[in-house]
Amino acid sequence: MRTITAEAVTNAVREMVVGANTNLGADVLAAFRKGAKEEKSPVGRAVFETLILNAEIARDEKVPICQDTGMAVFFVELGQDVHIEGGLLQDAIDEGVRRGYADGFLRKSICDPFTRANTKDNTPAVVLVELVKGDGLKIIAAPKGGGSENMSRLTMLAPSAGKKGIVDFVVKRCEEAGSNPCPPVIVGVGIGGSAEKCMTLAKKALLREIGSANPDKELAELEAEILQKINALGMGPQGLGGTVFAMAVHVEKHPCHIASLPLAVNISCHASRHKETRL
Amino acid sequence: MADIKKIKTPLDAATVESLRAGDQVLISGVLYTARDTAHKRMVDALDRGEKLPFDISGQVVYYVGPSPAKPGKVIGSAGPTTSYRMDAYAERLMEKGMKGMIGKGMRDKKIIDAMKKHKCVYFAAIGGAAALIARSIKSAEVIAYDDLGPEAVRRLEVVDFQAFVINDVYGGDLYEIGKAEYKSAV
Repeated sequence: MRTITAEAVTNAVREMVVGANTNLGADVLAAFRKGAKEEKSPVGRAVFETLILNAEIARDEKVPICQDTGMAVFFVELGQDVHIEGGLLQDAIDEGVRRGYADGFLRKSICDPFTRANTKDNTPAVVLVELVKGDGLKIIAAPKGGGSENMSRLTMLAPSAGKKGIVDFVVKRCEEAGSNPCPPVIVGVGIGGSAEKCMTLAKKALLREIGSANPDKELAELEAEILQKINALGMGPQGLGGTVFAMAVHVEKHPCHIASLPLAVNISCHASRHKETRL
Repeated sequence: MADIKKIKTPLDAATVESLRAGDQVLISGVLYTARDTAHKRMVDALDRGEKLPFDISGQVVYYVGPSPAKPGKVIGSAGPTTSYRMDAYAERLMEKGMKGMIGKGMRDKKIIDAMKKHKCVYFAAIGGAAALIARSIKSAEVIAYDDLGPEAVRRLEVVDFQAFVINDVYGGDLYEIGKAEYKSAV
């Protein structure tokens, strides 16, 4: 049994939420540069150049890439041989969020669903824990903006819908989302599982390096087909017209019930923010 | 794409009528910020027969909830939020003289029709380019609903704030025009 203190978790979370919101990943910047070359619309290319400049300002001045610094979502892989000492994992993460959002001048965007009263410290965080082998603790911070999250959809298709039904639904969802989720986007797709498992798969798919093909050849082909069809809609960066609405489509699957073909779409805006820590 | 047009707020009738979907503009002058809850409060105030917290006649409302300003800065990052959530309230503000809205994303057909009727233009700023956009904001002052934090109504002074005309007063829609131009171009 290995002991990790709640304070260590809090400190790591504080660093990650500030880092994720101010310093865009190398894969995202590379995708912007690729888009700036490949996009056919001049306005669309200018949007990519603007996003590169914006990311540089955010990094240099340590200010948020986007004013929507998101709901604080965490994917945690907790080794079964780890003991968290000095408090609950949820509390330790919430405290890290509280400190990071205050110290980093990040926006507090969490409120009561009815009164809309802001909690003023961006808590509670959404913490998705998976128990794994060993004595390690991996935490991924993935703050998610409201504009893109609002474009998420879950549907429980009939198994007869098959791959065509999946492709049609995802493409239609992206067309309906249009400029709302801040394209150029990354489209996360979950197939299978139960309803909640399916949406988690879709969101987790967004954590993959942008444009990394799925090691499963069948899923890689599905990703390529959906990407081509979404971009053929002509919506482009910011929905202003163009050929690169989506920078990538990432699909993940899981076995499902014999009665079901669950399908979830979770779209990330271009500010695809995540940081990882291993303790 | 036309040349970049420099415009000043408050918007006069000639400026509003000169703008076309697809125009790139640099806006200078005053913008008022309001997003979800501020819109609800403003429309609730109108329902009670009260005044809005500022004279909206000729003004442009920017849909934004900025991040907190760092010491020495006038504002934090300040890009547009998604506009459709304000569709439930926008026509009421047009009736009171609002001439422009800045956000991102498509508007409902009834709002586009209302824009034609009330001569109001819808602009989009680049969503997510919030650190860059903040550079065009020269002052920011909370003028109402301070308790809403990021959602409070602010009076901003901007210089050369970059935006695109999405919906003009003639029914033109850049999102539709742009999409049609590049459809199947892949």
